Amino acid sequence: MRSDDVFNLTLRALAVTVIAGFLALTWFLWKSAMPALEATGAAFAWRTEWDPVLGDFGALPFLWGTLVSSLLALMLSAPVSIGAALFLTDIAPRGIRAPIAFLIEMLAAIPSVVYGIWGIFVLAPFVREYVHPLLNGNLGFLPLFDGPPFGLGMLTAAMVLAVMITPTITAVCREVFRSVPDPLREAATGLGATRWEMIRLAVIKTSISGIFGAMILGLGRALGETMAVTMVIGNRPDISISLFKPAATMASVIANEYAEAQGDAHLSALAAIGLVLLLVSSLVNIGARWIIKRTESKTHV
Amino acid sequence: MSDAMGGANAATIATTAPAVNEQHLPRVQRRRHFKSVVANAMITLFAGFAILPLILVFSYIARAGLPALNLDFFYKLPAPAGELGGGMANAITGSILMVVLSGVMAIPPGLLCGLYVAEFPHQKLARVLRFVIDLMTGVPSIVIGLFAYAVLVVPMGGFNAWAGSAALAIIMLPIVSRTTEEILRLIPAQLREAGLALGLPRWKVLLRLIMRAGRSAIATGVFLAIARASGETAPLLFTSFNNQYWTRSLSEPVASLPVQIYTYAISPYEEWHRLAWAGSLVLVSVVFAINLLSRLLLKRGAK
Repeated sequence: MRSDDVFNLTLRALAVTVIAGFLALTWFLWKSAMPALEATGAAFAWRTEWDPVLGDFGALPFLWGTLVSSLLALMLSAPVSIGAALFLTDIAPRGIRAPIAFLIEMLAAIPSVVYGIWGIFVLAPFVREYVHPLLNGNLGFLPLFDGPPFGLGMLTAAMVLAVMITPTITAVCREVFRSVPDPLREAATGLGATRWEMIRLAVIKTSISGIFGAMILGLGRALGETMAVTMVIGNRPDISISLFKPAATMASVIANEYAEAQGDAHLSALAAIGLVLLLVSSLVNIGARWIIKRTESKTHV
Repeated sequence: MSDAMGGANAATIATTAPAVNEQHLPRVQRRRHFKSVVANAMITLFAGFAILPLILVFSYIARAGLPALNLDFFYKLPAPAGELGGGMANAITGSILMVVLSGVMAIPPGLLCGLYVAEFPHQKLARVLRFVIDLMTGVPSIVIGLFAYAVLVVPMGGFNAWAGSAALAIIMLPIVSRTTEEILRLIPAQLREAGLALGLPRWKVLLRLIMRAGRSAIATGVFLAIARASGETAPLLFTSFNNQYWTRSLSEPVASLPVQIYTYAISPYEEWHRLAWAGSLVLVSVVFAINLLSRLLLKRGAK
């Protein structure tokens, strides 16, 4: 009994240390952010100027950049990921399911900085040479597609992000589709449904909230993604509706400026952005997990 | 297993239904069949889209990285800007150093955290820990860098290897813990009962029987965490920073492969771009190799 008590105590002590460590992370971030938050108050969240030299700090351009790039990435990635997951559970011949799932998982293994260098030298020129002329040339009158042919900008960042969150969304969707009981599929086919009708009625309809959870989880990934975005988004703290203009995200401005920040006010403002990023991504992650857990316990009859 | 059957049933129905002379089917039937074929094609196309980037990225890295890769890359220091040649020897050793150090810091506590969460689910503390570890997996790595900066860079008076390693360790710990937890939940309760019935203390049952039973799967999780840490860049930018020379002490800035790739990729020099591609090729190869290795291990363990 004695040795077991020691063991249990050790585990408890470790657990307390890890939990305390996480609280310390939040607290240190809060402490570093305090000077900036005190200087500007709540206005920090909606001021649009970001000028480290003048000591003028507002977070709105970065909130905007993070939100737009992540949502855009989600729009690009969701159909592909859901399709890929359906392919893996209901369409692909059984022999190729595992290899294809493996390939999609490998997308998640590629380091962010490698996506970044690929983004700079391959994707950005592609956007400049092909995507920009196509969209700007034909639909340039829309503010959405109005913008310079830099190649680096919001759209390129969203495209890289979309690739990076696809494995996450695919993996979760696949789990959700798998947990749909087979009798549902069999019932649909037995009633004479075509394969698509079976997928739509038996698989997709029962997994709607699981799909939603997977998308939110992907969104959480996109919000905090740093290197690849920093390398292709152009890093200008501007708010614009145009997809071709350079922008900046919360993560990218920290990555870009923190190591060479000009003085304490600048460091503190960047830490405040980090704090906001931590809060937003934690909330999004908790929400996603809650939705996924709820649907999984519901479908397991 | 049985979901494949569902799919197979659907396949038989979908392919046999139109075999009935299509001309005589009512228009509605033909439209339904057509819709199904189109939808199947779309889904297959999307699956193709999902793996296309892997092929594009990997083929380009191989094409740009292979010609730039030579022996110099592995044993020479970076050349000054504008000069040809040079390598990333210091960045490679720096990366290995920091990953090993972070592994030492993160793997043992990660394993124990996973064990605690899986084996004592009725304890409130274990449930809180599980929630915190879930939260930690979602913390953006750049934010972890900010924390390491506040705790280890500011007090130590400058960028250093400890801070970088600690940041990587914070990223690894929840990954190790979560895989350990998932694996341990799959191990049959009978094994625990058998051990306890033999009169072994619980800690011996857990560490000697349960952890051992799951070791190959747990090792997979550890390897995946190492692979993840090897590629992380963001938390190193302002913790271990970068260094053009060999690092003599852990309290100095230290070069790492990902940060060096980043610095070179955004520089204006052709020669540095070339080296960045070579670095990417090396990094991706290492990460893929670790992934493949851990999967092989898992397969062998499952037998």
